[in-house]
Amino acid sequence: MTTDVTSESAAVGGPASDDADLVLQTWDVTLRFGGLTSLDHVNLQMRRGEILAVIGPNGAGKTSLFNSLTGAYTPQEGKIVFRPKDGGEKSLLGSKPHIVNRLGLARTFQNIRLFSALTALENVKIAAETRLKAGPVSIMLGLPNARKAERLSDERAHRLLKFVGLEDKLNEIAGSLSYGDQRSLEIARALATDPQVLLLDEPAAGTNPTEKLELEQLIRRINTELGVSVLLIEHDMRLVMSVADRVMVLNFGKKIAEGTPSEVQQHPAVIEAYLGSSAEDAAAVQEVIAEHEHESASDTEDGQ
Amino acid sequence: MSLQEFWDYLVLGLMLGSLYAVIAIGYTLVYGVLQLINFAHSEVFMVGAYGSLIVLTLVDPGANPSMLASIGFVALAMAGSALFGGVTAYGLEKVAYRPLRRRGAPRLIFLITAIGASFFLYNLAGKLFGRDPSTLPEMYKNENVFTIFGAGVNITQLLQFATAVVMMIALDLLVNRTKLGKGIRAVAQDAEVASLMGVDIDKVISRTFIIGGVLGGVAGFLFANLNQVSYTMGFIPGITAFAAAVVGGIGNIRGAMLGGVLIGIVETMTVPLLGDEWRSVSAMVVLILVLMFRPMGILGERVGRAA
Amino acid sequence: MSAVETSQNLTPSQAAKLRRTAWYRQPRFSRLWAMVALGVLLALVTGEQGNTRDIFYSLETTFTGGGLWVCLALTVGVWVLREFAGDGLKGLAEKAKPGTVAPLAAVRGRFQADKRLRWGLIVLALVLALAIPSMVERYWQTVLVDQIAIFVLLAIGLNVVIGWAGLLDLGFFAFFAVGAYSTAFWTGRLPIEPPVVLNPFWVIPIAVVTCLLTGLLLGAPTLRLRGDYLAIVTLGFHEIIYLVAKNADGVTGGPQGARMIPDFSIDFAGISYKWSIDPLPYWYLLVFFIVIVIILFSRLEHSRVGRAWTAIREDEIAAAANGVDTVRFKLMAFAIGASTSGVAGVVFTSKYGYINPEVFPLLQSILVLAYVIFGGMGSIPGVLIGAAALVWLPEALKDYVDPSDRYMYLGALLVIMMIYRPQGIWPSRRRQRELKLAEQGIGDADAMSEPAGGKF
Repeated sequence: MTTDVTSESAAVGGPASDDADLVLQTWDVTLRFGGLTSLDHVNLQMRRGEILAVIGPNGAGKTSLFNSLTGAYTPQEGKIVFRPKDGGEKSLLGSKPHIVNRLGLARTFQNIRLFSALTALENVKIAAETRLKAGPVSIMLGLPNARKAERLSDERAHRLLKFVGLEDKLNEIAGSLSYGDQRSLEIARALATDPQVLLLDEPAAGTNPTEKLELEQLIRRINTELGVSVLLIEHDMRLVMSVADRVMVLNFGKKIAEGTPSEVQQHPAVIEAYLGSSAEDAAAVQEVIAEHEHESASDTEDGQ
Repeated sequence: MSLQEFWDYLVLGLMLGSLYAVIAIGYTLVYGVLQLINFAHSEVFMVGAYGSLIVLTLVDPGANPSMLASIGFVALAMAGSALFGGVTAYGLEKVAYRPLRRRGAPRLIFLITAIGASFFLYNLAGKLFGRDPSTLPEMYKNENVFTIFGAGVNITQLLQFATAVVMMIALDLLVNRTKLGKGIRAVAQDAEVASLMGVDIDKVISRTFIIGGVLGGVAGFLFANLNQVSYTMGFIPGITAFAAAVVGGIGNIRGAMLGGVLIGIVETMTVPLLGDEWRSVSAMVVLILVLMFRPMGILGERVGRAA
Repeated sequence: MSAVETSQNLTPSQAAKLRRTAWYRQPRFSRLWAMVALGVLLALVTGEQGNTRDIFYSLETTFTGGGLWVCLALTVGVWVLREFAGDGLKGLAEKAKPGTVAPLAAVRGRFQADKRLRWGLIVLALVLALAIPSMVERYWQTVLVDQIAIFVLLAIGLNVVIGWAGLLDLGFFAFFAVGAYSTAFWTGRLPIEPPVVLNPFWVIPIAVVTCLLTGLLLGAPTLRLRGDYLAIVTLGFHEIIYLVAKNADGVTGGPQGARMIPDFSIDFAGISYKWSIDPLPYWYLLVFFIVIVIILFSRLEHSRVGRAWTAIREDEIAAAANGVDTVRFKLMAFAIGASTSGVAGVVFTSKYGYINPEVFPLLQSILVLAYVIFGGMGSIPGVLIGAAALVWLPEALKDYVDPSDRYMYLGALLVIMMIYRPQGIWPSRRRQRELKLAEQGIGDADAMSEPAGGKF
C-alpha cells in the first residue's frame, strides 16, 4: 500500500531544500467524478508544526481534498507524500484510510461521526487501541499483555478527554452529548491515534460564540502543547484569520491563492471567488466577511 | 462435449437465462428504490406459479384443447400468475417493509424481516396446497416448433423465451419512457430529493414492488410450466437470480438481464461438463468470482444512472 | 383552479370533495380492512393441512368452517376495542405505566446493574443446568443434548458475527457441517483415510482450526464487499458445502454420509471413561464447553476487539479513519464465530454416531439466525434464552401444533419481532441504544453500508 517514493519525488518535487520541513505535500492532485473535476492540479505544501487553513466557497473541493489525503478517495492524477518525524517519505495516494491513520494523519468529519451508542471514554479508547498489539487469543486468555494494553488505552483516553475538557463526561453516551462536546470528543478521538497531522473538517460549524472561542484555544493547544500540525477546513473567517499560520484558498477545485491570512484577504482572486465578481474594493470584501460572520453567529445562536 | 451438444446446451442456457433475468429484475428494481435485498422475492415467484396452477385447475383445460383454446389457457394462467405475484409483492411491502421504512430501521432489520417473510410464505403455501410437487395441467401439445443450430426448440421453451423477452422490453420502456419510470429512477437516485420534488415515494415504491411481483409471478408460471410446482420451488431459482442481479450490478436493470443470461448459460453448460448436480455450485462460484474482481458487478450499480 | 389549490383554507368545493372521500377509504376503515385481512390470514394459518391431489381442500375447509369466523371475530374485536374504546384503554395503560416496567426489562435492568445479583443468578443458572436434566425423562434429555445445547453453542458463535460485528451470515450452519465432517474424517469414517485416527477429543482443536480457516477462506474475498452481498455469498457458501457433501461421493460418502463415528472417551492419567448412548454425560460435556466459550467470548466483548467490532458496526468509515483495520476485525469475527461451530460439530457427530448431508440443510442456517435474533443480537444471555426457548418450544407444542407448520410460525415470529421488537427479548444495552439512535437517523446499527473507502 505504502511505498517509499524518495527516488521519484526528487524528479517531480519543488525546491529540494524545503522538503524536509514539509510534513505533507501534494503535486498536481486531480480528482474527477465522471465529468466533474473536483480537484484540479492541487499543490499543497504543509510545513511541520504549522496550522494551515483551507478555505473556499461551498463546493470548492475542500472536503474532497481531505478525503484524498486520508485515503477515502483515490485521485486519478498526482502525488501525495507524507514525511513522518523520524524521516522517510510515504506516498498516501490510494492508501487505505486505516493505513493513512496509522502513518500519522488523523481526521474529523464535517458531519461529526462518533460511535454514538458508546460512551465518550469508549470512543476514545477505540482509537487509542489501534496502536496497541493485543490479539484476540491473549485477550480471551486474559494474558498480562492484554491487561496492560487495556490499562494503557484507558490511561491515554482519560488523559485526552481531560485535554479537551470532557473529563467529567467520561461515561456519557456519545450520542447524547451536546453538539460542542461531540466536536471535542471527535477531536480527542482523533488525537488518541497519536497523529503528527490533524485534519479538522469545519470544526466550528454549528457552534456558538463561546464554544468557538474554546475551539480556537483548543486548536492552538493541540498545535503548541502536543506539537501536532493542523490542517483546518473552515468557513468561519474570524477563526481562520486568528488561528491559522497560513491560508490556502480553493475555488472550483483549483488553488487560487496561498499565504498568510492578511495576504490572502487582500488577494484579488480570493475577493472574486467570494463575491463572484471582480470587485476591487477590499473594504467591500471585509464587509462581506464581517456580514458572513455575523450571520453564522446569529444562526447558531438561534439554533441553540 | 461435441459441437452439437454445445449448441443444444447454449440454447437451453439462453432459455433458462432469460427466466433468471426476469426474476433478477424483480430483485434489482426493489434494490434500486430501497437499497434492500428483497429475500422474499423468491416466494413471489413461487406464489405466481401457484397462481397459474389455481387458475388452470379452476378452468381445467381437459385433453387436447384446440389451438385457440390453448392460447386462451396460457393467457389465463399467465394472468393468474401475474395477479398472484403482484398482490403478494404488494402485500409484502405493505405489511413487512413499510412499517420498518417509516421507522428508518437499519438494513440488517430489513434483511431479517425479508427472510422471515420468505419463511412464512413458503411454509404457508406448503400447508395450504400440500407439500408434494405437482405439475400444471397440459394447456397445449408440446412439440418442437423449429431448430436453431441443430438444437430443437419446443413450444414451452419458445413461450418461456418469448415471454421473458417481451416482458424485459416492456419493462425497459416503462422505466425509461413513462412517468412512473421516471419516478422510479428519481427515487433510486435520491429518495429524499425525489420527495422534495413532489414524487410520492410510498406510491412509487409500492408500484415498484407490484411490477417486480408481476414479473416474478409470470416467471414462476414459466418455470412451473417447464418443471413442477412446489412450495420450495422458489428457493434455488431465487438465489440464483439474485446472484445474477449482483453479477450484472444490482440496481441496474440491464445488468440484471445480462447477469441472468450469463448465469443461465454457465449453469446449463455445467451439466454436460460436470454433471447436473453441480449446476447451483457453478452459479455460486461465478458470483464469488465476479464479486472478487468487480465488486459492483459487470455493469455497475443503480437503476437511475445506468438504465 | 390553481389558485384554489394553493390557498390554505378549504374552499367549499374542496370541503365537499373531502366529504365525498368514500367512507371505506377513511383511515379508520382501512384499518378495519387490514384487520379483516389479518383475520383471514390467521384462519388460513391455523386451518387444515392441504394436500396436493386437491389443492383447494384446505382453502375450502377454511372458508366454510367455523375457524374463519372465530378469527374474524377476534381481529375485528381488536379493531372495535382500539377504535371505539381506545381512549379508555390508553388511559388505563398510562395509569399503569409509571412504577410497572415490563417484568423482563426490570429483571434485566437489575441484572445489568447489580454485580452480586448477576453472579448469584449465573451460579443459580449453572446449578440448575447441571441438576435439572437428571430429573427429566430420557426424551427431554436427548432434546437437551442433541438440540438445545448444540444450538446454544452455535448461536453463541453466530452472535459474534451478527450481533457484535454486525455481519449478516446466512450460511453459518455450514461451519457446523465442516466440524462434523472433520470429525468423520479424523475418526477414519470417511472414504478417504486420515493420516492418523484420533479420539474425538483430539478432533476438537483440529475442527476448530479447520472452521477458523474455512471462515478466513470464505471471508477474505467477500468481507471487502458491501455488507449485504455477504448475506448472499454466505448463503451460496452453505449451498456449496451441502452440495459437495452430497455429490462428492468419493470424499464425503455422498448421500449415505458417514456411520459408526466413535463416542468421546478419556484414557488419561489413570482416568478412563467412555461416553456412550446415555445423554447425560454428553450434557455435562456440552455445558462445560458452553461455559468455557461464554467466558472467553465475554472477555472479548469488553476488550479492544469487542469495541472495534462495535465501531465497525456503527460507523465503518469513522472506524477506518481512526485506524481500525476493518477488514481484519471482520475476518476475526468471522473466524472466531465459526470456531464454536467446530466444537458443536464434533460433539454432535460423536454423540449422534452418523451424519449425512440431510443433517445440514440451508434451513438450519436460517434457524440459528432466528434464535440469535429472537433472543437479542449481541447479548449472550439473550442468545442463550433465545436458542433454548425456540428449540424447546416446537418440542413442547408438538402434540398441539402440526410439526410441519412450525417453520411457518417461526417466519411469522421473525417478521413480527422485527417490526415490534427488533432488539430481541433480552437485548444488549449497546445494541438497544444503537437501534434507537439509528432510527433517529444517527449512525448505523450494522455493517451493511458502504465499506470504508467507498463513497461518503
